[in-house]
Amino acid sequence: MDVKPSDRQPSGHAGPLLQVTNLKKYFPVRSGLLSKVSAWVKAVDDVTFDIEPGETFGLVGESGCGKTTVGRTVLRLQEPTGGDVSFEGRDLFAMDAKTLRATRRRMQIVFQDPYSSLNPRMTVGSIVGEPLKVHHLAKGRDLTERVCQLLNRVGLRPDHYPRYPHEFSGGQRQRIGIARALALNPKLIVCDEAVSALDVSIQAQIINLLKDLQAEYRLSYLFITHDLNVVQYLADRIAVMYLGKLAEVAPTATLFSDAKHPYTQALLSANPLPDPTIKHERILLPGDVPTPLNPPSGCWFHTRCPQVMEQCKTTDPPLIRIGKPEAAHNVWCHLYSG
Amino acid sequence: MEDVVTKDPAQSAEELPPSETPWQESLRLFRKDRLALAGAYVLVLLLFTAVFGKVLTEWVVVFDPEVVRLPEKFLPPLTFSSTEEVPAHDRPFGGIYLLGTDELGRDVFARMLQGSFVSLSIGFIAVGISLAIGILLGGLSGFYGNVRLGLVTVDTLIMRFTDVMLCFPTFFLILTVVALLPPSIYNIMIVIGLTSWMGTARFVRAEFLALRKQDFVVAATSVGARDRRVIFAHMVPNAIAPVLVSATIGVATAILTESGLSFLGFGVQPPYATWGNILADGKGFIFDAPWLFFIPGLAILVVVLAFNLVGEGLREALNPKLRRR
Repeated sequence: MDVKPSDRQPSGHAGPLLQVTNLKKYFPVRSGLLSKVSAWVKAVDDVTFDIEPGETFGLVGESGCGKTTVGRTVLRLQEPTGGDVSFEGRDLFAMDAKTLRATRRRMQIVFQDPYSSLNPRMTVGSIVGEPLKVHHLAKGRDLTERVCQLLNRVGLRPDHYPRYPHEFSGGQRQRIGIARALALNPKLIVCDEAVSALDVSIQAQIINLLKDLQAEYRLSYLFITHDLNVVQYLADRIAVMYLGKLAEVAPTATLFSDAKHPYTQALLSANPLPDPTIKHERILLPGDVPTPLNPPSGCWFHTRCPQVMEQCKTTDPPLIRIGKPEAAHNVWCHLYSG
Repeated sequence: MEDVVTKDPAQSAEELPPSETPWQESLRLFRKDRLALAGAYVLVLLLFTAVFGKVLTEWVVVFDPEVVRLPEKFLPPLTFSSTEEVPAHDRPFGGIYLLGTDELGRDVFARMLQGSFVSLSIGFIAVGISLAIGILLGGLSGFYGNVRLGLVTVDTLIMRFTDVMLCFPTFFLILTVVALLPPSIYNIMIVIGLTSWMGTARFVRAEFLALRKQDFVVAATSVGARDRRVIFAHMVPNAIAPVLVSATIGVATAILTESGLSFLGFGVQPPYATWGNILADGKGFIFDAPWLFFIPGLAILVVVLAFNLVGEGLREALNPKLRRR
């Protein structure tokens, strides 16, 4: 696909593409006659990370730990409760509606459910062409042509143009979603469980497509998933989330070979391996995930941690930096604080 | 030079099944439903009757509903007009009273024709008004419901107003208003429309609240579509199906309401005929001239039934849950 110079906004910005600092998203719980806010669900609490241009950043954690909320808040599809997100060096949360619209051209999202993410009453052509249309980047024949190029690029055929989403399989629908995200030549794509709803062989195709596209357009991905095998293959760095907070951030190889946080260790030990002859030790965590309505004091993981100490119950875990700055390995745990 | 045939698996020309839009699919499903289809035929017939009725009773007067022929009162249906007692220019078309005559010797067929247009136009216009109000208020409440206006949100304001409107016994409200206003067909349309939008508003709101959370609506926002586009290109087309269903049934309700009003004497005023006031006039002669009572009654029954059957058929044809994936 050829890219017109006007499509690319010059960004003289050096440094991380996306910087997330102390991001917080609390959902109010209302109750009573006057629907007063009686409590807050801390879905995301003090999350800090950054994504370099061309990097795939994996975000893993179990269901309900706030992964998706991070993804949506980072794109400002939900308003944050606190913290900062800067994209290409500019504060996303301070933008007015017009600037935000312009910025959204360079950050897109691919959804988990390929059935609900496409409007059932629009043709594939108009779904993929919509971003171009709303930003007045193409119209008429030019629009049709560019949509066909996009369809081609994601492995669909131009004669799929006039068809409706219900006529496609899950994998094909996910390709349509990717084509829509690609239409504006974004720098960052948030993949929110983008392959989780697909079966394994289709997953592989979509993952390889994402890899190819990344190489071609120098995309950054924020890859949100619960599938450790997928992030291991795709991600350059991985962040592990637990109950709305980050537990550990490390380069992929380091995380899989030398996980520091007890939660990460337990998570990795629960990951099924394709070879049944390999025996590995399972770390079983007692109990259930506490409710984010009323999280435990101190380290939020202390109720289930096999290596819990007295101070974990009272004080927040400090950020410990391990390793060289270029391969920073951050872990939030008292075990390593001297 | 190498002779390499490149073949991309996605490019190979497999046969695609014939394409079908969601509306075409619904139409196909609707056609399978025999009762609904029968209802639809009745409605098409009614539409023609109403239009011809308007033309033939008022513009090109072939069937005159207002000619009084006292010598020929209470004739049963399919009676020929006797030539001696009635002047030639007052005789019905073809010399036959298809549906008999009433207590003044007026042609019931001509009066029914005139009434069909009144009933249908009241049904459609009243429902049009109620849809416009219902969609507007429901849509506002569903999309901009969280916007605060002083102490309350838009949603609270609109939905509590809807609740208040629902508290009135609609029929008596209409009776009161119609008694105060000059009795005209337009006032009746407007009053019926203004008192029947609450259901529409409620489920347009519900539909919008559900759609707002759908990924494709979020996706539209994330590609930078403005609110107007999100609402009209993404949400309205997906919310319109249930609205259509309730509108169809709403027309039936409006026709019934008008008939009820006319029956009580608050509706369209004589000598202008509607099904309701033909019925009202006929009720006094139910034993002597039963056709005066049964013909308008049957017409109302058939039309209301047809609208309801079509509504039910549409509900099934448009319901995504009953659909194959």
